This record gives sequence, structure tokens and C-alpha cells, in this order.
Amino acid sequence: MREVAIIGVGMTEFGELWDKSLRDLLVESSLKAMDDAKVDAVDAIYVGAMSSGLFDNQEHLASIAADYLGMVGVPATRCESACISGSLAFKGAFLDVASGYSDIVLVTGVEKMTDVSGDKAVAGLSTAADDEFEGYNGVTFPGLYAMIANAHMKKYGTTRRQLSLVAVKNHANALKNPNAQFRMKVTPEAVEGSVMIADPLHILDCSPITDGAASVVVAPLELAKEKFAHHKIVKVIGLGHATGTIALHSREDITELDAVVKAGERAYKMAGLGPDDIDFAELHDCFTIAEICELEALGFCAKGEGGLMTERGETLPDGKIPINISGGLKAKGHPVGATGVSQIIELVEQIRGDAGDRQLKKADIGLAQNLGGSGGSSIVTILKGLGSRV
Amino acid sequence: MDPQKYWRQIPARYRLEAYKCKNCGKVFFPKRLICDNCKSREFVKAEHSDKGKLLTYTVIRTGPADFQDQTPYVIGVVESENGARLTAQIADVEPENVAIGMKLRMAFRKINKTGDAGVIMYGYKAVPEFE
Ligand SMILES: [Zn+2]
Repeated sequence: MREVAIIGVGMTEFGELWDKSLRDLLVESSLKAMDDAKVDAVDAIYVGAMSSGLFDNQEHLASIAADYLGMVGVPATRCESACISGSLAFKGAFLDVASGYSDIVLVTGVEKMTDVSGDKAVAGLSTAADDEFEGYNGVTFPGLYAMIANAHMKKYGTTRRQLSLVAVKNHANALKNPNAQFRMKVTPEAVEGSVMIADPLHILDCSPITDGAASVVVAPLELAKEKFAHHKIVKVIGLGHATGTIALHSREDITELDAVVKAGERAYKMAGLGPDDIDFAELHDCFTIAEICELEALGFCAKGEGGLMTERGETLPDGKIPINISGGLKAKGHPVGATGVSQIIELVEQIRGDAGDRQLKKADIGLAQNLGGSGGSSIVTILKGLGSRV
Repeated sequence: MDPQKYWRQIPARYRLEAYKCKNCGKVFFPKRLICDNCKSREFVKAEHSDKGKLLTYTVIRTGPADFQDQTPYVIGVVESENGARLTAQIADVEPENVAIGMKLRMAFRKINKTGDAGVIMYGYKAVPEFE
């Protein structure tokens, strides 16, 4: 396998973007990443989207991407694995380049979620759970994560306040991210006083419904060094992918995201690294409890101590391992198919030293973890910066 | 919901038909074609067990559109005595009296109604089991 580098990144702002269509988002984001890479053509395109059919009555995004990017004829692939669709597209591009089949490959994650009513968007999202044996009985996505939260609180003594602190931190981080959907400070009291959705989760424990797109361009490392060294080179050093059961009730331990454990182990093994080597991470905080379970699943703390680790401030920007410096799904927004790619963009910007007001002091090795459904799939990506800016 | 999709699941939803792996004995609900434990493809109908305990739960305050008129309702993961797990509403109990570990019994109930005609959909819910 050839080594792979990320040579360009670009994204749209995240939010309720009523003046922008699905294809506008897809193209705007793609062009930004291609401009950043300084390429005007690519050998292949990968599009990550969870459900453009349910959210926008449009499938076949592969053709739309090539067509509206002015690249008819270029092979394009659309990838779907619920909320990890973006990371799955990235994996497709990585393998395409690593195998030697293609050189310059564009990855765009996109989701246009506000062209349908809130009810329809929520119904679309719920198709990531087991429709026949969870959805039929009236479970919702917040409901599934609420059940994980209750089990975690019972088993490990995780507190309601610890959940709130995840939201407080990620909202504070988003204040420094110009692309974030919710740039507003929240207090623990505000989280706990917000409307209850599924006990113990309030609305401020939940990530929002968002429009947005995020893109990266990848190339073989050697080619990147030769032709695309106008940015600091960012190398893909680890990529782990795993599945978990579709229904939460089939999970042996309801408090453990085993797909994240496995994806993390595979990514660490490929990188030859462990959790202690990671400088910062973007975790899939679709709900506050998810970030707590992921801290544990990735070995950043012992099992059951994700809440304590958060309470100790170890995940703050100046803590042991800054988590979700971008604002996370919680405050940056969660345009489902775009989320995984946007996590990778945050890693690249931090590693390059281009993260502006939210730039971390130490950001050489970053980890992104994307999660599908209630834990049915996960991809973990580890990136490392090489050398200095040319 | 299309009738064929509904009718197909009647054995599971009305009668809680579980299947046991002939080789290793693991019980599955709903039916599967291959055992994830030993890869055997042979199953026998399992001893029906309508008793279980609550592993975790939540109170749904904002429901899917077609469940909104039932809110708040309790939903949880139930582990039956034969080891099979399922997600079900917990009925006949106030949300504040629900607790992880409580003993439950499965019951045949109305789940929802669908479409303009208000066709009623049935299935299982769990109710408190008093000894
Ligand atoms: Zn078996």
C-alpha cells in the first residue's frame, strides 16, 4: 500500500442554510478543498451522505457530484453507513489512493436536512436504528442514547452534571469556530433546565439538525511531498473501521460502544501508537453521553471514568487531551454525512497550525472518531503532521 | 406501514416467537438464519418466556410523529429469562416507579395506529410483574 496524505480541505458553514441546495453545498465545499489543494481535476470522487433520499428526495449523488463539479466522466462513488457515511467516503478514497488505482481523489460529505420538516428529518435519522424491532415500538435516537446514559449512570455512578459539562465545553469551544452552527455559551444549569427529550437527556444534550458539507483531497504521500507542499503535509497514519449490532438491545454491555473499541484498536495498531500518543481528538458527541463512552472506548481513561475525566477538566482545550476543539457535533452541528469529514478537517487545520483562535499548542497527532446509529458502526482516523511548512 | 411488512412480523410481535440455536443453545429474538455464536444454521423454536427484567430505560417526552400522542411513555431494554433481549414500551406503571432491574412480564398490546384510516398495529409491551 502507498502512504496517503491530505493535500486540501474545505467546508461550508454549518447551520440552517435555507438559501443553499444539496448540490450547492456539495459543490461549494468540494471546490474549497480543491482550491486549497491547488488542483483543478481529480481522478475519482467519493461522496458520503446518509440519506439524501429521505431528506431531499435525491439519491445518485455520485452523478450529481461529477456533473455539477464540471467533471462528467470521472468515476464517483457514494458511501452510506448512517452517521459515519463521511468517514466511509474518506476510507474509500484512502484505499483508492493507497492501492495505486487513483492519485488525486476528492472526498465530500454532505447532508441537506432542513428541506423537510423537523418530524421528517427525525424520522429519516431514526432509520439508522433497527426499524423493525426498535423503531416499531416507539424508540427515538435520543431515547437510545438516554438508555445508554441511564445504564452508565447506574453501573458507574456517572452524574447528570458530568453529562452537562460535555455540552458546556463543546459550546465554549464552538465560540471560536466561525463555521459552527451554535456559537453560544451554555451553563450546566441551562443544559439541565432545557426541555427534557428522553430522561435523562435534555435538548441541550443533543446535537442539532444541520445543513452542511465538508471535503478533503487526498493524494499519495510521495506525490504530495513533490507537488503539494504548499501546506504542511498531513499523513494518514491510522484508519480503523468496525461494526456493532444494529439494535442497542443486542449489545452485550449496553454501556460499551464496542464498534469504537474495535475501530480504535485497529487504528492504533496501524499507526503503531496508543491513546497516550494522541495530542487531541474529535469525538462523535451526537449526545453528551456518547463523548463519555467514547473517551472510555478509545482508552483515554478507564472504563466507567469518562464522566470523571470530563469533570476533572482533562478534555478542556488546556487539559490532558483536548476533545472536540471544533465544538463537536453538539455545537458545530451535525449534517450527518458531512460530520466525519469535518472531524478530519479539524485535525488537518490543527496539525497545519491553521486553526485560528482555537489553535492548540500541541497538535502533531490527532484522532477523529465517527459513530453510526446507536453504535452500529464506527471509523477512527489518526493523522500526523510531517515536517514544517514549505 | 405496508401490510406485507406488518404481517411478516406477526409471529415475532404477537407471539414473541424466539428461536434457539440447535448447536450451542443461544436464543434469538427475532429469528435469524445463522447463529452469531457458533455459525450453525439450524434452529428450533425456543421455550417461550414472557418473564424478564429491565436492563435500562428512558421516558420518551418527544416522540416520533406517530407516537407523539402517547408521550410521555417509558421504553426499555428487557432481558427475558431465556436470555433473549428486546426493546419494548413499559406499560401500566408511572415513569417515576420504573427502575433498572425491575421484574417484568410481556403483554400483548396496541402499539400504535397508522395512516388516515387509523389502522391499529399490535405487538408486545412489558408490564410490572408482581410476585
Ligand atoms: Zn449457535
